[in-house]
Amino acid sequence: MGDHHHGPAQGLSRWLFTTNHKDIGTMYLWFSFAMFLLGGFFAMIIRAELFQPGMQLVDPAFFNQMTTLHGLIMVFGAIMPSFVGLANWLIPMMIGAPDMALPRMNNWSFWILPPTFLLLASTLFMEGGAPAFGWTFYAPLSTTYAPPSVTFFIFSVHVLGLSSIMGSINIIATVMNMRAPGMTYMKMPLFVWTWLITAFLLVAVMPVLAGAVTMMLMDIHFGTSFFSAAGGGDPVLFQHVFWFFGHPEVYIIILPAFGVVSQIIPAFSRKPLFGYDSMVYATASIAFLSFIVWAHHMYTVGMPIAGELFFMYATMLIAVPTGVKVFNWITTMWRGALTFETPMLFCIGFLVLFTIGGFTGLMLSIAPADFQYHDSYFVVAHFHYVMVAGAVFSMTAAIYYWLPKWCGRMYNEAMGKTHFWISFIGFNVTFFPQHFVGLAGMPRRIPDYALQFTDFNMMSSIGAFIYGASQILFLYNVIATIVSGKPISDEKVWEGAEGLEWTVATPAPYHTFETPPKIDPAHAHS
Amino acid sequence: MSSSTSTDYEKYYVPEKSRLAICATIGLILSIYGAASIMNDMTFGDPSEPSSSWTIFLCGLFFFVATLFGWFRTTIRENIAGMNSAQLKKSYVLGMFWFIFSEVMFFFAFFGALFYVRNLVGPWLAGEGAGRMNFLLWEGFQYSWPMMETPQEAVGGAAAQPIANNGSFTSAETSMAFAEAHHWYAWLPMWNTIILLTSSVTCHIAHLGILDGNRKKFNIWLGLTVLLGIIFLCLQVAEYYEAYVHFGLTLNSGIYGSTFFMLTGFHGFHVLMGMTMLLIQWLRSVKGGHFTADDHFGFEASSWYWHFVDVVWVFLFLFIYIL
Repeated sequence: MGDHHHGPAQGLSRWLFTTNHKDIGTMYLWFSFAMFLLGGFFAMIIRAELFQPGMQLVDPAFFNQMTTLHGLIMVFGAIMPSFVGLANWLIPMMIGAPDMALPRMNNWSFWILPPTFLLLASTLFMEGGAPAFGWTFYAPLSTTYAPPSVTFFIFSVHVLGLSSIMGSINIIATVMNMRAPGMTYMKMPLFVWTWLITAFLLVAVMPVLAGAVTMMLMDIHFGTSFFSAAGGGDPVLFQHVFWFFGHPEVYIIILPAFGVVSQIIPAFSRKPLFGYDSMVYATASIAFLSFIVWAHHMYTVGMPIAGELFFMYATMLIAVPTGVKVFNWITTMWRGALTFETPMLFCIGFLVLFTIGGFTGLMLSIAPADFQYHDSYFVVAHFHYVMVAGAVFSMTAAIYYWLPKWCGRMYNEAMGKTHFWISFIGFNVTFFPQHFVGLAGMPRRIPDYALQFTDFNMMSSIGAFIYGASQILFLYNVIATIVSGKPISDEKVWEGAEGLEWTVATPAPYHTFETPPKIDPAHAHS
Repeated sequence: MSSSTSTDYEKYYVPEKSRLAICATIGLILSIYGAASIMNDMTFGDPSEPSSSWTIFLCGLFFFVATLFGWFRTTIRENIAGMNSAQLKKSYVLGMFWFIFSEVMFFFAFFGALFYVRNLVGPWLAGEGAGRMNFLLWEGFQYSWPMMETPQEAVGGAAAQPIANNGSFTSAETSMAFAEAHHWYAWLPMWNTIILLTSSVTCHIAHLGILDGNRKKFNIWLGLTVLLGIIFLCLQVAEYYEAYVHFGLTLNSGIYGSTFFMLTGFHGFHVLMGMTMLLIQWLRSVKGGHFTADDHFGFEASSWYWHFVDVVWVFLFLFIYIL
C-alpha cells in the first residue's frame, strides 16, 4: 500500500510515462500556452498586414493560411487543451479523488496532441501551402479547391477528436465514479459541474466532426459526392454537419470558463455563489439548446423560412440561461466584501466583456438583420469578445487563482494587475472598432480593404500588438512565480476560497487524496 | 453513487508510470501520416515516383496494434492479479458506455447526411421550393430515391455545364433496394439481417452461460456468435462484389453510392471490430480459462459493442435497403 507515497520520477521519463493527473494537467497547460503564442503570432501577422490598406507584407494565399491556422490552433490547440489541463489539475482535488479514473488513457489523450499540431503546422511547408479555407473549412473550398495538405489536416482533426473524446470519457468517469463519500452531485463545485456537462457535449459532437472530415476525405480521394451537387449531394450539407459540431463546440469552450468564474467571484466577494442550483440548471439548459441552434451560422445559405425562424427563436432562448448566469455572478458580488486581486480583475473583465459579446450574439441571432452582419468584421468582433474576453480571460484568471496553490509560491501582484490592465485595454482597442468596420461592411478573411476602414484597422492592429505583448508579461510572471516567487504555506491561499482543493497542503502534494476526505454534510457546495 | 455502503475504503489502483501511451502515440501518428501520404500519392502524386508511404503506414499500424495488444494484456493481468477495486471496475463500465455513445454519434452524422439528402437536397435539386432556379444548372433532373440518375447525367455529362460539375458521377444500373430483388430469398441484405439479429441472441445466450458459471455453454454460444459475425462479413464482401461488378454501384455513383457505401462500410468495419473483440474473449475463455460468473467485463463490454452494431444494422436495413 505504501508504493504511492514517493514523489515524481526524475528526468524526461516523468513527463513521457506519467499517470499523474497533476503532471498531465501541467503538460496540457504548458502545451496550450505554447499554442496560444503560436496562434497569437499568426494573429500578429494578420494584424500587421491589415495595418494599412493594400498589400503590404504577405500575399493573399498566405494570409488565408494565417487566418485558417490562427483559428484552428486557438480553438483546438490553445483554448480546449488549456481547460482540459485545468480539469486534470482540479477535478480530482475538488471532488476528493486519488487521481483521474483512467490515468494511462489520460496520458495518451495529452501526448497525441503535440505531434498532431506539429503535423498541422508542418502543412505550412508542404507543396501548395497550408489549409487556406478558414477554420470552418467549408466545402467545396476544402474539397474541390483545397491544397493537397488538406489530407494531413483531415487526419489531424480525426486524432484531435480522439484526444478530446478520451479526455472527456475520463472526466465523465471521474466525476460520476470518483467523488468522495458525501460529495453528492449538488455539492460539487461549479467548475466540476460545468466540465461534466462539457464532457457530455464533447462525446456527443466530436464524432460528428469526425464524420464531416471523413466525408471530405472520401469526396477528395474516393470520388463520393457528399458535397457535390453534380452527384446529388450538397455543399450546404457540409455546413449543417460542421455546425452541428461547431455550435456545441463554442459552449465546450465557454462552459468551463463559466465554471472558473463561478469559483473565483465568490472567493473574492467572500460570499457563497448566489443561486448555485440555478447555475447548474442554466448550464444544462445551455448545453441542451446548443444542439438545436446550429443553423444560425448559416442564415444566408438559402434555408426555408421555417428553418430560419426555428433557429432564430431557439438561438434567442439561449440568452435566458446565460442571463441567469450573469445575474447570479453580479448578485454574488452584491454587498460582498470585495477585493480586487488579479484573478478577480480578470473575472470582472470577463463579466463585462463577455456580456457585450453575448449582446452582439443576440443581434446576430436575428435572421433578417444577420443578412447584413454575416461574414463581416462584426462577427469577428463578436466571437473574439466571447472567445478571448470570455474563455482566455477566465483561463488567465484561473492560472493566477490556482497557481499559488499548485507551486506554493505567490505571483507578483503588481505585475499581475499590470497584465490585466494592459490586456483589458489592448483587447478592447483591438476588437471594439471591429464592430464598426463590420457594420460598415468590411468582410472578414480579406487581406485588403477599402480606404474608409483604415483608421479603425490601424487602431485594431495597435491594440492587437499591445494585447500580444502583454502575454509575454504573463509568461514572465508565471515563470518567475514558479522559479522564485515568495513561498507560501497556508492551505488557503485566498481568504475567501472554498472547496476541497484548499484543504490540502500548499504546494499541493503529488498524490492528493489517497483515501477519500471527509465531506462535512452541513457544508454546502463550495 | 460513489457513497459506498462499506465503511472501509478499498484503495483505487492508480497505475505506475507507463510507456503504453507514448508507444500508442508513435504508432498512431505514423499510421495517420502514412495513410494521408498514401491518399495524396494516389490523388495528387506522380505514380512514377517511388514512395515510402505504405511502409510508414504499415509500420505505424503494426506498432499501434501491438501497443494496444500490450495495453489490453496489461489491464487483464492487473484484473487477474486482483488490483482492480469495484470502483475501478465501474470506471471501465462508464468508459465503455460513453465510448459506445460516441460511436452512436459518429453514425448519427452519416444518417443525418442521408436524411438531409433524401428529404431536402434531392427535391431541391429537382427544382422544388419557391424562388429556386435549379433549371439553370440541372435542367431535366428528376429526383427519386435510390437516385438512379445524377444531376450531372441529367444535363448530359460533366462537359455539358462547367459551373458546378466538379467530378464525374455515373449512377448505378441496379440499386440495392428491395424493389430490385427478383426473389426475396436471393436478397442478400435480408440474410445479413437474419444473421446479425441471430448473433445478438447467441451472444446473449453465451452471457447467460457465463452468468450460470457454465463455461461450456459460454464457449459454444460465443463461438457461434463469432462465426455468425464472420458469415455476415463474407456476405457483405459478396454484396460489394455484386455492387461493383454487376450493379455498377460504386463510390462514384453519386450520392446514393456515397451514402450506401459509407454507411454500410463503416458498419461493416464496426462488425469487424466487434467480431475481433468477441473472438479475443472467446480465445481468452477457451485457451486461458478467463472469466467467472461475477467477473467477465471483457466479454460484457464486447457484447455491448456487438449489440450496438446490431442496432445500427437494423436502422441501416430500414433506411438504406427498405425505405
